[in-house]
Amino acid sequence: MASAPSKLYADDVSVLVVLLDTNPFFWSSFAFPFSKFLSHFLSFLNSILVLNQLNQVVVIATGCNSCDYIYDSSMATSPSIESGRMPALCSDLLQKLEEFVTRDEHLGKQDSLGPTTSSLLSGSLSMALCYIQRIFRSGPLHPQPRILCLQGSSDGPEQYVAIMNAIFSAQRSMVPIDSCYIGSNNSAFLQQASYITGGVYQKPQQLDGLFQYLLTVFATDLHSRTFLQLPKSVGVDFRASCFCHKKTIDMGYICSVCLSIFCKHHKKCSTCGSVFGQAHADVASASNLKRKTPET
Amino acid sequence: MATGHVIKRAKYKTTAKGSGTPGVLKMTENRIAFKPNDPTSAAKIDVEFRSIKGHKNTKEGSNNPPLLNLSLDQGGSYIFEFETFSDLHVCREFVANALARSGEAAKVKSREAVIATSDRSAVTYSDEQLSTAEMELRIKLLRENSELQKLHKQFVLGNILTESEFWATRKKLLDGDSGRKSKQLVGFKSSMILDTRPQTDGRTNKVTFNLTPEIKYQIFALKPAVQQAFLNLVPSKITERDFWTKYFRAEYLHSKKNAEAAAEAAEDEELAIFLKDDDILASEARRKIQRVDPTLDMEADQGDDYMHLPDHGIFRDGSKDTTESQHEQYKRTFLQDLNRQGEVVLEGRTIDVELDDPMSVAEALARSRRESDGNTKEERIDRISRMTEMEDLQAPYDHPFAPLCIKDPRDYFDSQQVNALKISDDTRAGAEQLRCSLSTEEAYSFLRGSISEIKATGLCAPIVKPEVALTVLNGLTQNISSTKYQLGKNVQESILDRMPLTTKEELLHHWISIQELLRHFWSSYPITTSYLYAKVSRLKDAMSKIYPQLEELKDSVPSDLRHQVFLLVRPMHQALDAAFQHYESDLQKRSAKSGEKPNGYI
Repeated sequence: MASAPSKLYADDVSVLVVLLDTNPFFWSSFAFPFSKFLSHFLSFLNSILVLNQLNQVVVIATGCNSCDYIYDSSMATSPSIESGRMPALCSDLLQKLEEFVTRDEHLGKQDSLGPTTSSLLSGSLSMALCYIQRIFRSGPLHPQPRILCLQGSSDGPEQYVAIMNAIFSAQRSMVPIDSCYIGSNNSAFLQQASYITGGVYQKPQQLDGLFQYLLTVFATDLHSRTFLQLPKSVGVDFRASCFCHKKTIDMGYICSVCLSIFCKHHKKCSTCGSVFGQAHADVASASNLKRKTPET
Repeated sequence: MATGHVIKRAKYKTTAKGSGTPGVLKMTENRIAFKPNDPTSAAKIDVEFRSIKGHKNTKEGSNNPPLLNLSLDQGGSYIFEFETFSDLHVCREFVANALARSGEAAKVKSREAVIATSDRSAVTYSDEQLSTAEMELRIKLLRENSELQKLHKQFVLGNILTESEFWATRKKLLDGDSGRKSKQLVGFKSSMILDTRPQTDGRTNKVTFNLTPEIKYQIFALKPAVQQAFLNLVPSKITERDFWTKYFRAEYLHSKKNAEAAAEAAEDEELAIFLKDDDILASEARRKIQRVDPTLDMEADQGDDYMHLPDHGIFRDGSKDTTESQHEQYKRTFLQDLNRQGEVVLEGRTIDVELDDPMSVAEALARSRRESDGNTKEERIDRISRMTEMEDLQAPYDHPFAPLCIKDPRDYFDSQQVNALKISDDTRAGAEQLRCSLSTEEAYSFLRGSISEIKATGLCAPIVKPEVALTVLNGLTQNISSTKYQLGKNVQESILDRMPLTTKEELLHHWISIQELLRHFWSSYPITTSYLYAKVSRLKDAMSKIYPQLEELKDSVPSDLRHQVFLLVRPMHQALDAAFQHYESDLQKRSAKSGEKPNGYI
């Protein structure tokens, strides 16, 4: 990072922040083995670094209880153990990943509430955005940052507000969020994230060819995207989660003052404290219900 | 040339050199006649324009007298010498128009003959007798609209529709066209009257101005003072000719912009009228300033102060403005002229009188000015009352509102988080336990196991199998290469434009003919007469002929376009099918009805 301003960044130099889902519950029950997934993923990281020698890769692990940076190509200066089978990058990353998993498990045990089963996507998104903000402030010339979410576990509706805030923050700083969702159903959060920030959402059909997907779709830098035709999403699930029970709803109540979403009628907005009128509650409830359907 | 005839004094000559016979030349729409002043003279002419082949005339400014030479069809020519070139121009224009008309008429006649022969076979039972004007109009419409002509040829000449049926659905077209033919009001000319250049004969110092009624009207409209002066002076004090001479003298002096003008104006009060600033215009300008929208902020324009530059640095006639300050009152800037011209042009033609008589034009203009004054006054009062809103008289705007006060967000998120986790855990517990049979520890150890596995074995040698990679690549790019996914997504791009031209035209033509047939088909229901019955069956046959044509079209296109053509043809098929279905069911109903009747009961 320190030498960044002195480097001459062309418009195709990118910083790729990858959010790696390490949800143990997902991977232990998923048909595609994690080791294979890692093998595709590591090859992809190598390819990104090979595409342009100024390219930079940052990997953030998204666990159930914590998130952490597990790899930063700009930091990897120490000559690490070059084993015969693997490049330094991989062994370095895997080492950090293992440490992270142990730490995450340990954190989960301490938690009195018991383990959560969804990954902390909001946390890793926020970390990625923080890192990118640091790049933006490094100087007038900086590589083009983008975020890639490699997500497998299903959405955690309780993170709705935090994730949406992260998405809007990314939109404001013009950072596209690409998402590669390998789980069974589509992820509404990631669909919205990519849609809002102008990134690509892709759900690979053939996980054997994951590397090919990653390379074809997600390796393209932002400059090349202006003249490439990347796959467009067919539809986006725009449904929101209510603020009170974190349920995904397609119809609900909206606070007229702060636009908080609720699944049932409240006397008082829990976000801003506005008191809702009681008169004509029946009529109002019918008219205030707003349906939001997935766009197709 | 709105007038249907022209009468001019002229001399008839047989050769260009001869002295000729003085007389009167009279031209009407299709005849041209010359009557000599001397009734005994033999130089009388009365011919139709049809026998005139062409015309020539001498150029203005050459030393030749104004001559018009009309060459005849059967050889020979008539030569007329006019008194002035303006007479010659009027006559020449008239002759040109008349010749064009007679030529067109001849063409129409021949065409009419062609159509008539083809019609005779089709319109056998049409008892409608068409006037020639209507016939001409139809022919004109057909000639202008190739689409219509195609349809006409296909259906009327193909005995599917009768002539009257074909036009019955296009009554609007026939009406609309006659409406369009009404005289268009000519607007005010946008070229400035400064452009009326005098003609010099080159030998003497005399210049000649050619004033047409149009130019007079323009001058009146642009300069109300001149118009006022005309009304005041012309018949009583000076003649019209003197008036205009004086006017141009004033213009000339003004263009010289020197003390001479001022001096001469001081002597001649009529000349001064033209040179002085137009009082009427000035007062009107003052009124206009008062009339400015009260809500307009005029101060905003005050910064643009370039008024100290006369004419904004534009020099009229390329000469520098040297007017001394004492002759200020005779100074009229080019910019003022330009603005006035623009104003009048935008106003448009406010009067509707014949321009030939300058007196009536001047009076009409004066009248129209007074009228518009009254209107604008009312309008202005109305506007002021609407625009000026007394703010302190308005009710205070205080809508009841609840101020937005987001309490400490941490409060909210923390409490919500706990709340939500509890609920989500409750709801998920069942599903989650089913899904992951492993305990937390087992799950984590599995994950660690995978990591150490890859550490041990390394990356798999071929990361992806080539076949898999190919299928993935194909899957990802087929969306791009296949047009199916882009159909209708791009507004600018029409599917029709991507097809071969012939296919596109064929498709469009089929659509139009199907629409035409269906319109007639559905308008014939309910069938009340045998005539309608015959018409419907005729239409049905025609439509069933189109059906296989569409199929053929579908098969003829290359395979990559077939899907799109199919999509375009489908609605046509559907429309036709609906018609056929209706026809069949109607037929059954009718046969059932007739079947109820006992046999032989008719």
